[in-house]
Amino acid sequence: MANSKTVIFKIKRQQTPESKPYWEEFELQYRPGMNVTSALMDIAANPVTRQGKPTTPVTYDSNCLEEICGSCAMLINGQAKMACSALVANLKQPITLEPFSKFPIVRDLAVDRSVLFENLKGVKAWVPVDGTYDLGTGPRQSSEMQEEAYPLSNCISCCCCMEACPQFNDKTGFVGAATIAQVRLFNSHPTGKALKTERLKALMGDGGIQECGYAQNCVEICPKELPLTKSIADVGGQVMWQAVKDFFRT
Amino acid sequence: MSHPKIIVVGGGLAGLSATIKIAEMGGHVDLFSIVPVKRSHSVCAQGGINAAKNLKGEGDSTWQHFDDSIYGGDFLANQPPVKAMCEAAPSIIDLLDRMGVPFNRTPEGLLDFRRFGGTLYNRTAFAGATTGQQLLYALDEQVRRYEAEGKVTKYEAWEFLSAVIDDQRVCQGICAIDLRSMAVKTFPAEAVIIATGGVGAIFGKSTNSVVCTGSAQSALYQQGAYYANGEFIQVHPTCIPGEDKLRLMSESARGEGGRVWVPKQAGDKRDPKSIPEGERWYFLEEWYPKYGNLVPRDIATRAIHKVVYEYHLGLDGQPMVYLDLTHIDRATLDRKLEGILEIYEKFVGDDPRDTPMKIFPGVHYTMGGLWVDFEQRTNIEGLYAAGECEYQYHGANRLGANSLLSCIYAGFVSGPNAVNYARNVIKSGRTPAHHVHDSERKRQEEINAHLLKNDGAENPFLLWRELGETMTKNCTVIRYNKNIRETDAKLVELLERYRHVNLSDRSMWANTSFVFTRQLYNMLQLARVIAQGAAMRDESRGAHYKPDFPERDDANWLKTTKAYFAADADEPRFEFEQVDTSLIKPRPRRYDAAT
Repeated sequence: MANSKTVIFKIKRQQTPESKPYWEEFELQYRPGMNVTSALMDIAANPVTRQGKPTTPVTYDSNCLEEICGSCAMLINGQAKMACSALVANLKQPITLEPFSKFPIVRDLAVDRSVLFENLKGVKAWVPVDGTYDLGTGPRQSSEMQEEAYPLSNCISCCCCMEACPQFNDKTGFVGAATIAQVRLFNSHPTGKALKTERLKALMGDGGIQECGYAQNCVEICPKELPLTKSIADVGGQVMWQAVKDFFRT
Repeated sequence: MSHPKIIVVGGGLAGLSATIKIAEMGGHVDLFSIVPVKRSHSVCAQGGINAAKNLKGEGDSTWQHFDDSIYGGDFLANQPPVKAMCEAAPSIIDLLDRMGVPFNRTPEGLLDFRRFGGTLYNRTAFAGATTGQQLLYALDEQVRRYEAEGKVTKYEAWEFLSAVIDDQRVCQGICAIDLRSMAVKTFPAEAVIIATGGVGAIFGKSTNSVVCTGSAQSALYQQGAYYANGEFIQVHPTCIPGEDKLRLMSESARGEGGRVWVPKQAGDKRDPKSIPEGERWYFLEEWYPKYGNLVPRDIATRAIHKVVYEYHLGLDGQPMVYLDLTHIDRATLDRKLEGILEIYEKFVGDDPRDTPMKIFPGVHYTMGGLWVDFEQRTNIEGLYAAGECEYQYHGANRLGANSLLSCIYAGFVSGPNAVNYARNVIKSGRTPAHHVHDSERKRQEEINAHLLKNDGAENPFLLWRELGETMTKNCTVIRYNKNIRETDAKLVELLERYRHVNLSDRSMWANTSFVFTRQLYNMLQLARVIAQGAAMRDESRGAHYKPDFPERDDANWLKTTKAYFAADADEPRFEFEQVDTSLIKPRPRRYDAAT
């Protein structure tokens, strides 16, 4: 072999949601361009630990492998990351892989992140169109509006921002930055803003935007570089205005 | 009136657009998807969606769009549905715009359009270079709205195993497996729409997502559905070779002015930026002066192959050529192409704004698929298909930016047709046939039980690698009958070895290798349809190219290939069907002509 370099992976495994976690080590042949997902594929093709013990392929979520579907988020060397865009050459060895810690475990590195989709339902993250029949063109929008909206619309629902947030836990019930960014996106759309009040009310009270502790972890960790803290500040202002309006109305 | 219940399998653009139409018409949808629908493969589409809105004063028309699509597909597509799709395209773009897709804008605030392959018009609407993602999200949001209203029930992390087909050959629902508990269940419905995407995984590495195995289509083919034009597989000219997949580098890079070239001198080791213009060979521009870098994908792919394998001018002797954007200013690149430039940066490590990208063709799109009629009906009553999993809109080669359109359009056709059919089923007073549900569930459970207790020595992931290698080598860009027959023999061998497959994981909780092994069987069966279809078609048309038969042969091969499964022989059989060319008379397809 021209290149006999190997890579060591330490992977936290767990058979079922109820069972005890344990660690396994794997030693894999390094290849240029290797990423974490291709390493996991190598393990599936030859599921044997570094100690020579036969084991099972690792369960993990993945789909597009180009960091656009949001599936393969996990803790890589302790950091919330997408496994597909995590190049082995850029990672310190041994490389540890763990599932997200704040979401229910499914198995091994796969967790249940459906809470985000439920949150998006709660804040009505959609444009309330009248119907899908032909109703003519959409509202005119300037390039500037598009350039504000597009980065927010790039959120891949990976939940890295939630995993990294100290306030995102069972105690606070915080919705997390991803949902708040979507509120900002839809509140700024010419038609989407019809539901602005409802969205802001959904973000008031326990678990709402007030839970944010300004740790700024979200914006640092986001693989798609969404303007998350700016969105929280912006929507926070909107929520405050709404609260003031509600106060004087009642 | 009772609400018809429709099952939609697949949550990409086709499945979601069908779902929205059904919910809007008062039906209820059970929506099945392996992954959360927002993570479907449609997110990978980059460059844009075609519609002849003629906002650039070029005199574009839906007829021109139709003509480009038929000509680009080398006249193999039935023409009436393609015409209808092109006519619907402008209103589909308007709808997506109303749903909030952040399309790029002109200074006046109108939708911006760019060039794409196989046309001379600026006809492609786009949202940066992540148009598929943006379109999918818009539909996902509308479906979430219907879900909140109780009109849609999602079954995410469920995988389709088979259709439930009664004694009269009518589809009465589906059988699916819960990817966590591994429980097998059947679900009744008045109609079923299959929208399960392409078959890239049959070729091992491709631009497709992990879920694009074609397993559902293959299962249905084995249950009696026709599979049409299987031999037509699109190889995209510009991909980034990778360890785990081939990552797409969108045609929009060329639409915005990107140029493909190689150094004129073989093995030139200079930094590409230091190679003077005169020592570069822009072979697409030279060979195809009218379309230049924007020839259709099959043409560009073959040209790159020729330069690499016949002229031996691949970069540094490797199978790669340059795709160069460095002459375009950074602000324009960031505004229009940022998404794809980031992919290159992240996975290769170089900034394509500064240095030409190294790219090579890769398996990308499945033109063939489940046979459907103009109403999106398969040959099994009550079973519809929409999107990349069916064969209807692209003929022998798909034009760039027509796939997003065809997925949404086919969803919009299949959804209402399924509702109307379902209403008639309800009126007719059909009672659900419980015994067919029971027997289908048992059949699937037996397959599972058998797999779990199998004790051979074959590793399913290694069998899959062999499948991908033989299919990529012999059934993609250049096809020779002898090699294709070797591949088919190899497939028979792999199917035999599959009987001795050994699962290293026999647990029944979120067992991904078990599910993969089931998909593998279906991939192997469908691979034979692709290989045998390719072996039979002795001509060259669109993406299907045989050096021994270099010309298109309309006299013998202007026809749709229809494969069906002969269960007793355990292999495909073939029929052929006339192509509807009633609107545009077939003419020679020549992109090299100067005018």
